[in-house]
Order: sequence, then C-alpha cells, then structure tokens
Amino acid sequence: MTPDDQDLIRRRQASRARVMALLLGALVLLIFAISIAKIQLGMHG
Amino acid sequence: MTTAAPLLPPADWRDFLALTKPRVMTLVVFTGLCGMLAAPASIHPVIGFTAILCIALGAGAAGALNQWYEADLDAAMRRTQKRPLPDGRMDRQSALHFGVGLAAFSVILMGLAVNLVAAAILTVSILFYVLVYTVWLKRRTPQNIVIGGAAGAFPPMIGWAAATGDMAVLPVLMFLLVFLWTPPHFWALALFVKTDYANAGVPMLPVVAGERVTRHQIGLYTIPMAIAAVAPWPLGLTGPVYGGVSVATTAIFALLALRVATRRQGEGDAMKPEKRLFRYSILYLFVIFGALVADRWIFA
Repeated sequence: MTPDDQDLIRRRQASRARVMALLLGALVLLIFAISIAKIQLGMHG
Repeated sequence: MTTAAPLLPPADWRDFLALTKPRVMTLVVFTGLCGMLAAPASIHPVIGFTAILCIALGAGAAGALNQWYEADLDAAMRRTQKRPLPDGRMDRQSALHFGVGLAAFSVILMGLAVNLVAAAILTVSILFYVLVYTVWLKRRTPQNIVIGGAAGAFPPMIGWAAATGDMAVLPVLMFLLVFLWTPPHFWALALFVKTDYANAGVPMLPVVAGERVTRHQIGLYTIPMAIAAVAPWPLGLTGPVYGGVSVATTAIFALLALRVATRRQGEGDAMKPEKRLFRYSILYLFVIFGALVADRWIFA
C-alpha cells in the first residue's frame, strides 16, 4: 500500500467519523425531543 | 481457482448518501408529507417530523438495497454506471449492511415514536420494493413497473396512518393515483432511454413489446389514473380547490399522454412529446398533492 493510499484511507475514515458523530448527535436530540413530545401528549390525553 | 475481489478503500460518506437515491426520495417525502397533512387529525410537530424522517430513511434503505442487488444492471446502463457500486467506489457488503441497517432503524423508530400501523405499512413498502419489484419482477416481466409501482405509492398512506393511526378511503385513492401514475411516467422515460434498458437486458415494455404497444399502454393507464385523481372530489372527500386543480392538471396530463399514445414509431424528433410527458408527470404529482393539502386546510 502506497503512502497516497494510506492518506486516502485516513481522510475517508476521518470524514466518515465526523459525519457519524453529527448523525449520532442529531439522533440524541431527536430522541430527547420525541420523549418530551410523548410526555406532553400523555399530559394532554 | 477463484480470484479475490480487489480491496477497496472505505467508501466516502457521500457514496452512502448516493445509495439512498436522494432525488427519488424528494417525491416520496413530499407525498408522505401531503398524506399526513391531509389527514383529519393533528399530529405533534416532533412526531410528524419523525414520521417523515422514517419515510425518507425507509425509502433510502430500499434504494440502497435496490442498488446492492442491481449492481450488475447499473453497470450496463449509461444512466446508472456512475453509481457507487458499479463505479467501484464501494464494496457490495457495505451497501447491503447499510441498507438492512437503515431499513431496520426506520421501521423500529416509526413503531416506537409514531405508531404501529405506520410502521407496518413502511415495512410492507420496503419489502415490496426490494423483494417484489427488485428481486422478483424487474428482470422477469415487462409489467415490472406496473406492480412495482405500488412500492412508491405507499408514502401517502404511511403519512396518513402516522397522523390518524388508521386507514380511510382518501389515502387509498392517493395510493391508487400514484400506483396508476407510475406506468405512464416510467414508460415515457423508457421510450427515450430504451437502448439503455435493452443493453442491460431489463424487459421494459418498449424493449419487449415495442414502441407501439408501449404508447397504447401509456394511453390506457392514463384513464384509470385520471379517475383515481379526480374521484376524491365527486365522492365528497375534498372540496372544489382540489376538484378544480385535479380536473385541470389531469386534463393536461391526458392530452400529453394522448399525444404520446397516438404518435407513430420513428418520427425522428428526439422524442420531445415523451420527454414532455415525463417532465410534466413529475410536476403533476407535486401540484395535485399540494392542491389536496391546500383544499383540506381551506375546507377543514
């Protein structure tokens, strides 16, 4: 494997890790918002 | 002796996004949203957003699994050969894992956050697209697009079920409209990309039965589609806003379809009427579903 190949793999891994972090953060926020919404719906029947 | 597949670098995240067919997703999300907004029940905005997100993710998963299964076909067609799998930018296993994972996630989230009816219809729509259309019908019969069209017709029903937890006549008519709209829409496309499908060995109607039969079928399918499009108005399910828009836009659709249906083979004008029908059919669906929501909100 050439240094260029290794560099490409590292860059791909880094960008995928960043996107995955953003998606997981968004999922946490969504689950939190769903929980609040469900609580509100439960309170209002 | 077997040859090992070449080792690929990890696929770029943009290639995973491309697997989900984002352009197809736009129409799916729009019709799903309209189904939800036309329903006679209010839905919490967060739950509504989650339902639409699940519809989008489910459609994306179906698209990814479709590309996983059809990598060989995509490689043979000019229109699709730059997709991540035929272009060698991603290995098939990654596409399979991504598709299955996304499908499971969308259905579980829909079931937990929205309701089980919507989750059940979402499951059926994903399985229908992947198993019935992609695996079973597409390579076997020229009617592939007719029966497979049902997969793309489910989103309005899912949106409606997300809001009400139930089913009714109007979302079934919306399903029928998209279902019957699919053959004229895709066959118009297939008429001007016929060579592509022929090269890939896909038995699309123009390849198997010829242009003349395809043109007749476009005309014939437009008749029940027009009935399904206009029916909600005389049935009293919508008001005059939807009635007026559906009659006017469907009449234009019918005229364009009639032009395609009555043309003879090889008139040598770069298939302009077919391209016009294809472009208009997309606009038509957006306008008619938009009118449905506007009508339901005005006369609610």
